[in-house]
Amino acid sequence: MSMDPTIPGAPPERGFLRLALANRSFLIGCAITLAVAGLALLSFFWTPYDITHLTVADRLKGLSTNHPLGTDHLGRDILSMIMIGARNSIAVAIVAVLIGMGIGVPLGAWAAARGGLVDEVLMRFNDLVFAFPALLSAIMITAIFGPGALNAIIAIGIFNVPVFARVARAGALSIWPREFILAARAAGKSRTLITIEHILPNITALLLVQGTIQFALGILAEAGLSYLGLGAQPPMPSWGRMLFEAQTRMIVAPHLALFPGLAIVVTVLGLNLLGDGLRDLLDPRLRRER
Amino acid sequence: MSLLSIENLSLDIGGTPILKDIDLQIAPGEVLGLVGESGSGKSMTALTVMQLLPEAARARGRVTFDGIDILAAPEDAMCRLRGDDLGMVFQEPMTALNPVKPIGEQVAEGIRWHTGVSRADAEARARAILDRVGLPEAKFPLSRYPHELSGGQRQRVVIAIACALKPKLLIADEPTTALDVVLQAQILDLLRDLVGENRMGLLLISHDLAVVAEMADRVTILRHGAVMESGPTGAVLSARRHPYTRQLAEASTHVPARPRDPSAKPSGPPLLEVRDLTRDYPGRRTGLFQHEKPFRAVDGVSFSLPAGHTAALVGRSGCGKSTLARMILALDRPTAGSVSLMGETLEGKSEAQLRGARRNMQVVFQDPYGSFNPRHRVERLVAEPLHLFDKRPDAGERRERVAQALDDVGLAAADMDKYPHEFSGGQRQRISIARAIITRPKLIVADEPVSALDVSIRAQILDLFADLNQRLGLTYLFITHDLTVARAITDEVMVMDEGRIVERGPTSDVLRHPTTPAAQALVGAAPDLEQALARRLSAERSGSPL
Amino acid sequence: MIAYLIKRIAIGLVTLAVASAVVFCVLEIVPGDPALLMLGMNAEPEALAALRDEMGLNQPVLLRYVDWVSGMMVGDFGRSYTYSSPVIDLIAERVLVSLPLALMALFLSTAIALPVGIFSAARRGKAADTMVMGAAQVGVAIPNFWFALLLIYLFAVWLRLVPAGGFPGWGAGVWPAVKALIMPAVALALPQAAILARVTRSAMLEVLGEDYIRTARAKGMPRRIVLWHHALRNALIPVLTILGLQFAFLLAGTIIIENVFYLPGLGRLVFQAITQRDLIVVEGVMMLLVATVVLVNILVDIGYAIVDPRLRTRR
Repeated sequence: MSMDPTIPGAPPERGFLRLALANRSFLIGCAITLAVAGLALLSFFWTPYDITHLTVADRLKGLSTNHPLGTDHLGRDILSMIMIGARNSIAVAIVAVLIGMGIGVPLGAWAAARGGLVDEVLMRFNDLVFAFPALLSAIMITAIFGPGALNAIIAIGIFNVPVFARVARAGALSIWPREFILAARAAGKSRTLITIEHILPNITALLLVQGTIQFALGILAEAGLSYLGLGAQPPMPSWGRMLFEAQTRMIVAPHLALFPGLAIVVTVLGLNLLGDGLRDLLDPRLRRER
Repeated sequence: MSLLSIENLSLDIGGTPILKDIDLQIAPGEVLGLVGESGSGKSMTALTVMQLLPEAARARGRVTFDGIDILAAPEDAMCRLRGDDLGMVFQEPMTALNPVKPIGEQVAEGIRWHTGVSRADAEARARAILDRVGLPEAKFPLSRYPHELSGGQRQRVVIAIACALKPKLLIADEPTTALDVVLQAQILDLLRDLVGENRMGLLLISHDLAVVAEMADRVTILRHGAVMESGPTGAVLSARRHPYTRQLAEASTHVPARPRDPSAKPSGPPLLEVRDLTRDYPGRRTGLFQHEKPFRAVDGVSFSLPAGHTAALVGRSGCGKSTLARMILALDRPTAGSVSLMGETLEGKSEAQLRGARRNMQVVFQDPYGSFNPRHRVERLVAEPLHLFDKRPDAGERRERVAQALDDVGLAAADMDKYPHEFSGGQRQRISIARAIITRPKLIVADEPVSALDVSIRAQILDLFADLNQRLGLTYLFITHDLTVARAITDEVMVMDEGRIVERGPTSDVLRHPTTPAAQALVGAAPDLEQALARRLSAERSGSPL
Repeated sequence: MIAYLIKRIAIGLVTLAVASAVVFCVLEIVPGDPALLMLGMNAEPEALAALRDEMGLNQPVLLRYVDWVSGMMVGDFGRSYTYSSPVIDLIAERVLVSLPLALMALFLSTAIALPVGIFSAARRGKAADTMVMGAAQVGVAIPNFWFALLLIYLFAVWLRLVPAGGFPGWGAGVWPAVKALIMPAVALALPQAAILARVTRSAMLEVLGEDYIRTARAKGMPRRIVLWHHALRNALIPVLTILGLQFAFLLAGTIIIENVFYLPGLGRLVFQAITQRDLIVVEGVMMLLVATVVLVNILVDIGYAIVDPRLRTRR
């Protein structure tokens, strides 16, 4: 019997690891993301300096062996501030992604399963949310309900909902007409059961990839909000706020503006690489390059 | 002096060998049939001649076209050749045309590029060739877009593009595989005429021996990237000297042994009863509040099927046969009419009320790749319909049942722990059948169950269907556009046309003496290997061209 | 085509209507009394009551909503609580900064991204492609306000080529005004260009794998012509989608960038209005921005119909 070469389907686990080790984007993305997450975790137990302790004599120091990234206008160690700031950035972005997924995915999958009016209403709702410039609305929400990490999370999370709803719906709609779904219906399974057993497992890859993208965007958005003073409030350090404070002192201490920005770029870059790598690995059908 | 000559052609793509020492010749005005199953390298041979291979491909050997060494020719020389002396038609007409350009522009573009004539002249010539391929100006102005044409019409446009400058060689890669038999016959006629008019060479690539027997002067049989046999079509395909040629030829006309007394009348109440079944789809929206008239896909269909019977529902693509099948399976709701299985009506019932009926009727689909969730193991896939039992079997019993079902379809019980992508297409279709029989249903609806399979695999799957019919007393309803399947395995044929069943009767009668125009068109268009070979042989012996 | 457009416009209008209700409701539940804010903490109760009456704050919610919406229909966005001038005047003045800024950024981003994306797709896998796409990968990760800080440091603090911020106003002449907008526009545009270049490249690659590209090659068209005549137009469809989304993003991006460069645009106006609880201004600017997004979406839909003939005959 001569037949087709094996087509890409679910990769067996052993092959997956080998592919993962050969995927440069995935490896670099993983390394960066793990490093940033590791620093954030480490900051709970240890930082080079105690940032609640202000040493005015040490203010606006440049790079040195004592302070590898220098100190700010209150004499706080920049490296320590960046480590603790990572905590805040990651927490806000992750919870916002979870909010978006938790509400958006069920909505999108529901719309795809039901079709008709439910679907139409949901899509119009999506259009509505997309009509509000996301960052601006987040600014409005945080400004009106008071600045702070919690309101930042909610504001960013709300705008993740339609993104995940849309991705889940599009993914589910591409699975529904497949023959294995018809076979499952012929086996008497309800739409809910089919969604749980067949649809969701087949769109996890899509959702995971979108998750890393929204995670990265969440970090950028949080930085923007805290730059405007609407994110985490002092004394809790945040990357955006550090940049705001650096701006007025740029002539005397340009390094203040450099490192928090680099921290954002590296983190977002790591997440984007991770997302690209995951997309290649998890679902060959999503791969854009042939 | 041959027009195209391929000598010792070997090809590998990214290190994987695809072709091994291929030799073939085509003379001017000659039709060469290149036959092989999927993965045999037929398409890659064609793309080598066109030099449109993937970037990672490396070809060795000699390919000479009209005195030009193709493998050594620089890209701009190939550009001058392609579309001028060398034309190509592809398998999938639905995607072969640029969706954002009108057809006239797509035909005229090549003419202008090669001849440098003015836009008006190029359009005039495009008009002429479109007329020639059967797309007259009145209905198909140059400004038509591809999405406004049907599959058959689009394939005519692709042929027009390829033949606009009267090429010396036309390469047609499975040009009719995506079309139904009636359209297939029309397109083949058109190709044959174009070959005759212009003394054009034709490299016809096909998996279908009957098509090749009707069209080709000579045939080359390819397997795993190597030539098995080649020579005059009639001689090669009737002598069947090479074992692979014999295997292919026998598989294409294979009829499973079905020791059953045709005179035995089935008794008892009918298993399946369909009454005045109708299905409308809402028409396209033409304005804010206006719709076109609803489209009636199935129009008042009635029939009944006795237990143990095997029937085929045949018809052209778009005749409504798949919609009918889905309504029978209660996967789609009828607009009017009723379906009853073993005396129990199905419509208007909830999923829970349908469980009993669903146990007794299962489905096998066409695509052996799309019909499984790629993330589940075979055990879970085959066991899925067990969901229909009120008392779910426990894990041990479940494995036992799956093992039994796999055994029934000729697979090993150990296969249940594998994933579907570890199986070949034929084996997957067996898994699909195992899933359908695990509840021991009475009725199996099979929607084009062998259309996606290679001929040798198809014969084995047909044998399996026949065998299960005997052993499990199954009743089949085959949905197919392929009359050879109907002929091979069914007792009765229903011919469907524009949503209605227009003709019905014992298979052999209908296929031999069709009475309605729709049935006559289907039967007349279906290529027949035996008849085509007989004509070929007599022509080859008398030495006259066909 | 007409029906398609009417449907799009109808959806846009419904979106606007619902959006106005959402904006109104959100600001309605905001804590804080505008009248109290205007008069200060130790205002006389009588004066406060009189002002509340004058501002219409004592009327039923629904009536105030209807008043507000019908006012906007004729261009009356109400009076600012803090500036004591009509909101429409404030907006009109600030739009002259924000709109040129967003348009400049959009133009820059498109002008950079499209050629880069097409170039990269044409040279897929080559060194040039890898480098350009590596740069784009980094570009996507750069927050625009940080990029703005770097630009300020480089061009204003270090090279002293341009002012670090501020806006002389159009009255000071076209060139000084444009000059003040160049750096903010670049800061806004580059991260967006990185995204757009990536989208363009992957759309081009996807199209280049289609069957009709092979058909075009089979009729003898060289790669270059296939790329520009056959691939590009099909690849424009996803690119248009992203362009539409980016315009909304650029509008919102101006709020931060205007703060970085101290530009008196809509972004700063709305930001200050929020902190000063000048809700009528916030409402007006929000509605204007939502309307712009809706309008851009309709333009994108028209763009689809121009590019893709299938949409012209459908619905």
